[in-house]
Formats: sequence, C-alpha cells, structure tokens
Amino acid sequence: MTVAEVFPFSAILGQSEMQQALLIAATDPRVGGVLVFGERGTGKSTAVRSLATLLPKMRAVVDCPYNCTPEQQLGMCPVCASGGEPKTRLVPRPVVDLPLGATEDRVVGALDIERALAHGEKRFEPGLLARAHHGFLYIDEVNLLEDHLVDVLLDVAASGENVVEREGLSIRHPARFVLVGSGNPEEGELRPQLLDRFGLSVEVASPRDLSIRVRIVKLRDEFDRDPEDFVRRWKRKDAAVRRRIVKAQERVEQVTVPDPVMEKASALCLALGTDGLRGELTLLRSARALAALDGDDAVEIDHIARVAPSSLRHRLRRDPLDDVGSTVRIERAVAETLLP
Amino acid sequence: MTWLQDRQGLTSDALLAAALFAVQPVPVLLRGGAGPQREQWLALVQSLLPADTPWRKVPASVSPGQLLGGLDLAATLQSGRAVAERGILAAADGGVILVSMAERLNALASGVMTSAMDCGEVIVERDGLARRSPARFSLIALDESCQPDESVPSALDERLVLRVDLAATGAPSGPLPDVNQVRRAQRRLAGISVSDDIIEALNLAATSLGIGSMRPVLAAVASARAAAAWLGKKQVDQECATIAARLVLAPRALVAPQPPEAPEENQEAPPPQSADAESRDPDSDGKSMDADKELDEVVIAAAQAAIPPDLLNQLQNTPQRGGRGESRFGSSYRSRMRGRPVGARRGNPADGSRLHVIQTLRAAAPWQRLRKSANPNLRRRIEIRGSDFRVHHYRQKSQTTTIFVVDASGSAAANRLAEAKGAVELMLADCYVRRDRVAMIAFRGKIAELVLPPTSSLVRVKRSLARMPAGGGTPLASSIDAACGLAEAVRRDGVTPTVVLMTDGRANVTRDGTGHPQQAAEEALDAAGRFRGLGHSAVVIDVSPRPRPVAESLAATMGARYLPLPFADASAISDAVRSGVH
Repeated sequence: MTVAEVFPFSAILGQSEMQQALLIAATDPRVGGVLVFGERGTGKSTAVRSLATLLPKMRAVVDCPYNCTPEQQLGMCPVCASGGEPKTRLVPRPVVDLPLGATEDRVVGALDIERALAHGEKRFEPGLLARAHHGFLYIDEVNLLEDHLVDVLLDVAASGENVVEREGLSIRHPARFVLVGSGNPEEGELRPQLLDRFGLSVEVASPRDLSIRVRIVKLRDEFDRDPEDFVRRWKRKDAAVRRRIVKAQERVEQVTVPDPVMEKASALCLALGTDGLRGELTLLRSARALAALDGDDAVEIDHIARVAPSSLRHRLRRDPLDDVGSTVRIERAVAETLLP
Repeated sequence: MTWLQDRQGLTSDALLAAALFAVQPVPVLLRGGAGPQREQWLALVQSLLPADTPWRKVPASVSPGQLLGGLDLAATLQSGRAVAERGILAAADGGVILVSMAERLNALASGVMTSAMDCGEVIVERDGLARRSPARFSLIALDESCQPDESVPSALDERLVLRVDLAATGAPSGPLPDVNQVRRAQRRLAGISVSDDIIEALNLAATSLGIGSMRPVLAAVASARAAAAWLGKKQVDQECATIAARLVLAPRALVAPQPPEAPEENQEAPPPQSADAESRDPDSDGKSMDADKELDEVVIAAAQAAIPPDLLNQLQNTPQRGGRGESRFGSSYRSRMRGRPVGARRGNPADGSRLHVIQTLRAAAPWQRLRKSANPNLRRRIEIRGSDFRVHHYRQKSQTTTIFVVDASGSAAANRLAEAKGAVELMLADCYVRRDRVAMIAFRGKIAELVLPPTSSLVRVKRSLARMPAGGGTPLASSIDAACGLAEAVRRDGVTPTVVLMTDGRANVTRDGTGHPQQAAEEALDAAGRFRGLGHSAVVIDVSPRPRPVAESLAATMGARYLPLPFADASAISDAVRSGVH
C-alpha cells in the first residue's frame, strides 16, 4: 500500500502563526510542544502531518526500539547503554499518531502477548511513547482523549521517562518527545494541567480575506485532483523549508540574547502577570529558535513580539469569562512594553 | 427494483444528490425518519454504484473498538497466538458506511470516523496490536433527529458534504439517473475546469450564510465539478455552482444571508421550489457569465432560496442547534468514562465486575509452558486458572453537573437578570477549575427551555448566556419540572446534579401556558413537592429586591436551601451558592 500523499507544508496559506510555532518546535524540541486549538476546517492536522514530511532526518541506533541517538548524554535504553559502539544510521524523525481509541497498553507498552502465548516468554513490547522518543507525538482531538491516557502523558512529559510496572514487567525507558495536540474548543476544554504542558499554544481561525480563501480552495482543489503531481510541484519549496530547519538547528545554540532584550521579555511577562517562570523561559527559548530560523545571531525585540502570543496565551491568569481574549491582552502588552 | 420506478416523494434535488454521490462518492447527510423515501433513495444510490461496493451498516451505539478492530479473541484463543480482527472502517475500504441514527453517535466514535475519513486509513493501537490499514470509504449519515437538541456530532457534521432532506416537499421531476450516465460523468470528471470566478462566488455565498470553515467551500467546489460532469459540461458554470450552493452550502446556513450589496432587498426567502425553477432555466447559463457580480448574486440567491424554511427559525429559538458540540448520547457516554479506569486487578468476574479479557490472557500467558508441561494430558491450547482472572477496576471521581434554572421573565429581568448572569459566570469559572459540567434552563413567557445542555465548554456557555432573551410571564411550575427531568437524566449518567434556581418566586403562568397567578402558584408548589421527592440538592436564590415569603416557602417545599439576596452583587451570589452547595 502506498502512503497517501500529504498536502505540502509550504502550500498552507493564511495560518502563519501555526506554521511558525511548528517550525520553532522542529528547531528546538525543548520549547515543549505545540497546541493548536481552533475552528474546524482550518488545516490543523494537515499542517502537523505535512511537517512530518519535511523534518530533517536524525541519526539513531539501528534496531533500537527507543530511537536511541549516539549524541544523547544520558538516558540511553539499557541495551544501547551496555553495548559498546552501536551501529547507527539516518532515519526519519518519528512523528507518531496517538489515535483516538488507543488503549493504554499500546501507549505505554506492555507484555508482548504473541510471544507470551507462543513461547511463554516474558518480553516487553514498547508502545507509542517509545516510538515517539526524539520525535513528535501528535494527538488530534486532544480534548477527547480519555482521562487515564492524559494522566499517563502528563507523567511522561514531566519526567521524560516512561515507567511501566505491569504484568510482572518492570521497565523504564526514556521518552522525550514534542507533544503536538490539536482540537476544537467547542468539544470541551482541555485539562489545565495538560494545557500547561504545551510550550506554545496557537489559536487558529478561518481566514476572512476573500482572495486568500479563493487561493486556498484552488490549491486544495489542485491537490485533491492529482496529489502526486501537486506534491512534486511543491517539492522545491518544501525542501527550502527543510533547509531552513536544518540551518536553524545548527545555529540555535549560538544565538545570544542581549541583556536589554531579556529585560524587555521579563517586563512583558510581568505586565501580563504570567504564573511562574515557565512562560518566560518558553518565551526566550522560542524567540531564540525564531531568530535561528531567520538566520540571525541574536534575539531582537521583534522576535520576542512575534512569539509572545503563542508562548504566553495559555499562561495568563485564568479568567475564563473575560471577554477580552488572551491574544488581545498580549498584543496590548506587547505594544506597551516592547515597542515604545 | 421495479418499485424504484415509482419515484413519488423524491424531490429533484434528492435525485440529483443521488446522482452526484454516484459520480463522486462524498459523505452525505440524509435527514428524515425511516420510510419509503429513505429506502428509495438508498436503493437508488446502491443501484448506481458498482455491484461489489462494500456497504456496511453501523448502529449509532458503535464502539471505537468495533470501528477500529482489535484482538480477535475467539481466533486468538483457538490458535494460541494473537490474531487481529479487522474493524468496520477497514472492512468498508472502497465502499460506503451507513450510520443509522447518526444524531446519537457519541463524540469518540465520531472522532474515530472523522480521523479515518481525513487520512484515508485507520490507525489502530489497541490490545497490543499496531496496524495501519487503508479505509477510503464514503459515509451516509442517517439523521433522524426530531428534537432541536439532537444533532450529528459536529466534527462529523462538518465533513458531510451533500445534504438531502427527505421531508422536503418538491415537485418530483426529471428522469431517474441510470448507471451508464454515471459512468459517462465519471469519465468526464477529471477534465472539468473551475474558474476563479466560480470559486469566489461560492466563497461569498458561504460567508453570506455565516459559514467560516473552509471545508464546506472545498466541498461545494468539488460538488460543482461533479454536477458539471453529470450535466455533460466541460467546465463549471453558473448552473453547477448554484446546484452546489443549494445542496452543500444552504443547509449549513448559520445566519440569514446578507448579500454584499443591498441587504434590505431580501427580507423573506422565497420557497425552494421557485428557486429550483429559476436555476433550471435553460437560457440562464452562458449569457450571465459576463459579470462577476451577477454570478455572485445568482449563487448567493440560490443558496438563500434553498435554506430549509425551518432552519433559521430553529437557529433563533435554540441558540446551539443540537448542541453543535456533543449529542445527548455523547454526554452520557463520556461521563461513564469519567471514573478513571485504573486498569485491571485480580478479581472474580462472578461477583458482578467485568472480566478484563486481554489482561486475563496477559496474566495467563507467561505460565502456559509451565502449566502444559505440568499437565501434558490436557489438550487445551490455553490454560487459564482462577488466579489469572483480571477484572475492570474503576476509580469513581465524584462529578457534578450544576443546573442553573434562571428566571428570565419580565419581573426578574427588570432588576436581577444581569446579576444572575454574572453569578452564573462566576460559578462557571469555578466549575471550570473543577472540570464540572453546567447546564442551563431559562424560563420565560410560556415555557421553560433548555438553553444549554450539560457541557464543560466555556465557549458555548458564554454564547448562550449572551443570547439569552428576557421578558414575559413566569412559568415557574414548568421550569421546576424541566429541572427535575434534567436532574434525573444527569443522575442516570452517574453524575451528581445540583440545581440552582434563581427566581423571585412569583409564578403567573400555568403548566399549560395560560396566565393565571393563583393556579400557577399552586402548580409551582406541586412541582416543588415532586422535586423534593427526587432528593436532589438544590439552592433557591431569591432575586427579588425585597425577600418574600413566597420564594422561601417554595424553597422549603423543594427541600432546597433558601438564600435571599436582596441587594447582593454577582460575586456575593456566587459565594453563597458555593457555600450552600459544596
């Protein structure tokens, strides 16, 4: 079976904030995941699935079920940690779907039932969390996810480690991944704890501009009629985006944050009254990733202003019925503290 | 299928939709109860599709497990190794899935379906199995809803392209489509072009109907192309665009259309039949393509004309038609999932708990060799002992649904409605933190109305609060009855209801809707007595400027706590309710 073609990332129009957030997460996984919340029919899952096709490859240990990479300092899986120099190769960075209706045993991993039945052998079969290690874990309709799975995710996302104690198995393995969730707020709110886990949060809405809407329809229509040809025609643009990610990944560690910029960022967080330091850290980290994507050596005020809505939107003190949306509040604060 | 020839009852639009579906299968919403029309339509569609097309019927109560597939237990036990069972979605690859009573589908099952529709494949991660299999199916949702608060789950609804209302009356016209026509149209389909003007016109039509999402517009363009193929045209023209506007866009209208120019011209939409006649006018195509504006207007007019006459009324009366978020069934299903299933534990399935089959197998698996070697005479493939039994184990979290019953009558509205709304909002902020659900019943005029089914979505709460109209009489008895009904429904779902009644206690409309203060007051007390019998916890907040014995005695009869709040503001009400209830 051939895998169905995916709509190219570079052909997505009118959703620049969502694309920016995904590129930042691809550049620096430590930003901590992306939540895309908003109206239907805005290409939320299209964007995530297409990002998967242009992520740069990574080097991983051959046949390691946990995608251990040779560079990682600690937290190699027991097999890779004990062996000498492991054989590695380039593999696509995993983007793992956590589909609705998944059961807990497949998410965390469990006893390999087939082996157990046939050979009476107790062997651990790694689950989705293992497969997503060093990659992305994507949950569509994240607000429909069952509570016990949310608990598991919260645990693992906080510790970066998956601990399995079931059926007489006792396994722990590293599971660090970028959590990407999407959903529609009309189906129910997200649990605050889970909301907090996401580094960036994006609100998407349908484009209102007629000419953009017409172009979207035309592009999508072309794609639906001949996906292979369409993807071929957009290949070069997608490749350019991939190169941009690769360059940014190389550059991001060297990007500096000048003190005045850092002070401004703190002032912004103070003005908005965000809880804790996490917001400020995410703000700086994503601003650095954005600077790296732009090919800049240092973070500028402009970078902070551009990532402020996605980094802080979900961290404002919750006043769920405030009619002024979080986005508007942030834009106001940005205008007052950053741009005078 | 000779009775197909007798095509009475199927409107020309229904016939056209069947033809378009056959040319290019897309998800369809078929509205209307079971009956000869529906059978006819389905038989017609089936006769137009290739004979070997898979055709799977799915009940609304279908579980995600059935849709996705999982471990085939019988086969697994037989063979002694894990055997996967194909789910309904994968089995329907290349065919059609028929969902009966789609308005009762729960949100989770609908989510499973829509993600398969979007990707064209099902991804299964269940019962120790990981599979991907193609699932390119089209779907016919049979919507039999008759209550305004029932509707197809919104995620699925959004993806249903063609909409056929079987209840619509219209002249049965045009010959029945036949298979050869369909084949010819399919061959033409790939070569049909769509101009920018058409795309723009369909976009404008969508926005004028309040449709923001891009999906219906894309669907309309694709349907216009199918219509062009069906009508034997080389490109999509005005006629095809109007067909798409009528079949795809109009039934989704959220607001009465306002054309970009001259909004005052169209106060009343003409009945659908006349539009039909217009758009079929043979000399309308070709000539009118000269001006874009004209095209836009014609398409918008066609969409307007085809809006089902009762749709906008429904939209006005019940702000969240069918609760766009979750159906009733969805809410009960999800609350069953509330208690965290803390996996399985050792136990005896005989004492009423559910056997967890997979976990039992897992528990037994490692011992099979040992047990077989200890007992070689047994020829059973798998030996399961009592100690292997695992049962489902749930931890029940106490979950509450707060039901606000708000007096929106003229007397209450005059001074207290704003405070009541404020209190509801503050309570909501509280409920949000605890992930409780809220529901709201407003009563005014002659009836009590469920303006908000139990939900945890703040977006919807805010919307319905803002839209709540006020004024009119006080049908207190009906409102208490409605609260009883809803509280019982909530309790049946395993959730604890709490009723907050905000009123001045002055009933003046009876259950049958007539204004008779004394009888109304008696009925209110009678309803209150019934409420007490059910034993739900409740608070009555007296919102009249001066606390009066009427409301106090009502509270006493209801077995509710009475809180007179003559001049309290919103936050005081909220505090009082919180301390009174929790």
